[in-house]
Amino acid sequence: MTATISAPVRRGRPFWRGVSMNAVPFVVPYVVMFLLLVVYPVGYGLYLGHAPGNYRSLFNNPTYLRSVVNTLLFVGIGVNVKMFLALLLSGFFAIQRWWSKALLAVFLLPWAIPAVPGFLSIHFMLNGQWGFINALLESLGVSHPPVWLISYGWGFSAAVVAYIWKWLPFWTLILLAARTSISSDVYEAAAVDGAVGVRRFIHITFPLLRNVYITSVLLSTIWTLGNYNAIFFVTGGGPIDSTQVFATLGIKYAFQVGDVNLGVAVALSALPVLVPLIVLLVRRLRSSS
Amino acid sequence: MTGRRSWQVRLPQALLGAVLLIWTLMPVYTMAMLALSPQSQVFSGHLYPHTPTVQNFVDVVSQRGEYVGAFWLQMANSAVTAIGTTVLVLLVGTLAAFGIARLRPRWGSFVSNAALATYVIPLSFVSIPLYKVMATYGLLGTRWSLVLAMTAFASPYAMWVFSQHSETAISHELDESARIDGASSWQIYLRIYLPLMTPVLVAIGIYAFLLAWNEYLLAFLLLGSGSTTTMPVALSDFLNTDNPPWNSFMAASLFYALPPAILYYLFRNKITGGLTAGSVKE
Repeated sequence: MTATISAPVRRGRPFWRGVSMNAVPFVVPYVVMFLLLVVYPVGYGLYLGHAPGNYRSLFNNPTYLRSVVNTLLFVGIGVNVKMFLALLLSGFFAIQRWWSKALLAVFLLPWAIPAVPGFLSIHFMLNGQWGFINALLESLGVSHPPVWLISYGWGFSAAVVAYIWKWLPFWTLILLAARTSISSDVYEAAAVDGAVGVRRFIHITFPLLRNVYITSVLLSTIWTLGNYNAIFFVTGGGPIDSTQVFATLGIKYAFQVGDVNLGVAVALSALPVLVPLIVLLVRRLRSSS
Repeated sequence: MTGRRSWQVRLPQALLGAVLLIWTLMPVYTMAMLALSPQSQVFSGHLYPHTPTVQNFVDVVSQRGEYVGAFWLQMANSAVTAIGTTVLVLLVGTLAAFGIARLRPRWGSFVSNAALATYVIPLSFVSIPLYKVMATYGLLGTRWSLVLAMTAFASPYAMWVFSQHSETAISHELDESARIDGASSWQIYLRIYLPLMTPVLVAIGIYAFLLAWNEYLLAFLLLGSGSTTTMPVALSDFLNTDNPPWNSFMAASLFYALPPAILYYLFRNKITGGLTAGSVKE
């Protein structure tokens, strides 16, 4: 700020570029916050979970091993089914008639309402005795509907479906925005060459959406690895810890069981998958900007 | 021929539309149905309220009942932390984005890459050490802990969107001509940068508000169940009883879901505009 014209003039730059261009005071608030609330906690987390003993006990722990499988299933099925449905639905909503616009407004509701009441409502619906779903099934003549949340398979599937219910609208909207930014000239040229219907989708639409789609899948994979709410509020990790994923098991060990180091170790055990994904994604985001 | 074709297209479309409606609305319907049911019907496995009542909404608003006794305080806590996060994200985010993208220091890309990595880290994986660190700072249980944590993790996305938007919306010639006229960096920030950034400021402000308003896990860990707790934590406390009053719970849920729903619908185009400007963010 106090620099004057006598400040050293940098080669190849107009003289005013060397004057009061100090970016430090602008960036300092963020950097201080970054150091205190990101770098320090992450470093502290690495320190808390560094003892190899934690990982030995985790790998001998059937609940943990179950949560590894659950996390992989949750992310693998949840993300891919959700993104594929979002891709198809974005085509449906691209119709842009009055009724599809009205339907889109309703369809966005799960995204617009907060996660906790949404998932708890689904939790209530799945109750074997008084839940809405079984009341509906019984009124339709199903005499012994499943008791959803006390079975591993039904409970876990319900959490995945609830997760898709919550996040499908958001990704549909992202892919819809990407679709509508494709120029109509491209489609007209394609139509001249005879590319319509499914062939148009395979040869024109999807290649143009591919970048957004891949970035979205990567981003969604990372966020879903850390998903807490869908499992915690729909199944609560039960029955008997069989539906725990990394995020819910780590928090449980740290705060319910009271073993902070073990809880951190659960989260850190995702690093071999997480770090390459983060590096890959940051590179993609960088090159797109 | 054309009539037949349109019938073949419209029937599947109508079917898909109906499936989507049922899929989307079932949980929302359950919420509304329970909120309108008297306590005697909550555990009866009913499909619609036989004797609908607005008593639950009245109970919540007038704070009658064991679990809604602090309803307005919890709503206010949610509002204060969400507004605090919004203000701080906008302030810290515009300052940093201006410093990096407009003043272009040599170390700028280092900071923005580090920020971008923060943006993609799942919050739940950092939450345990973050809790410990907040205890060290003596902030546990205060609203500041949630506001600061949310700001630290929401700012990177804000900075990214701001940087991308300023590159297309504000020409560098404008900065330079202001500089020739003797304007300082702070004057350029206040008089040129901020006014031209207004559209994305709205989008990011809403993004930050909703992120903080909706956050459960960090609010639960950092605020606990005391007098500073926010709505999602208070709602999750309902589950800790044997016979939770689901009807007043759902009524409280609907009040809590209203502000974000209104914001999403009012500013949908702005939010998705900001999202696609910076690719994506939940």
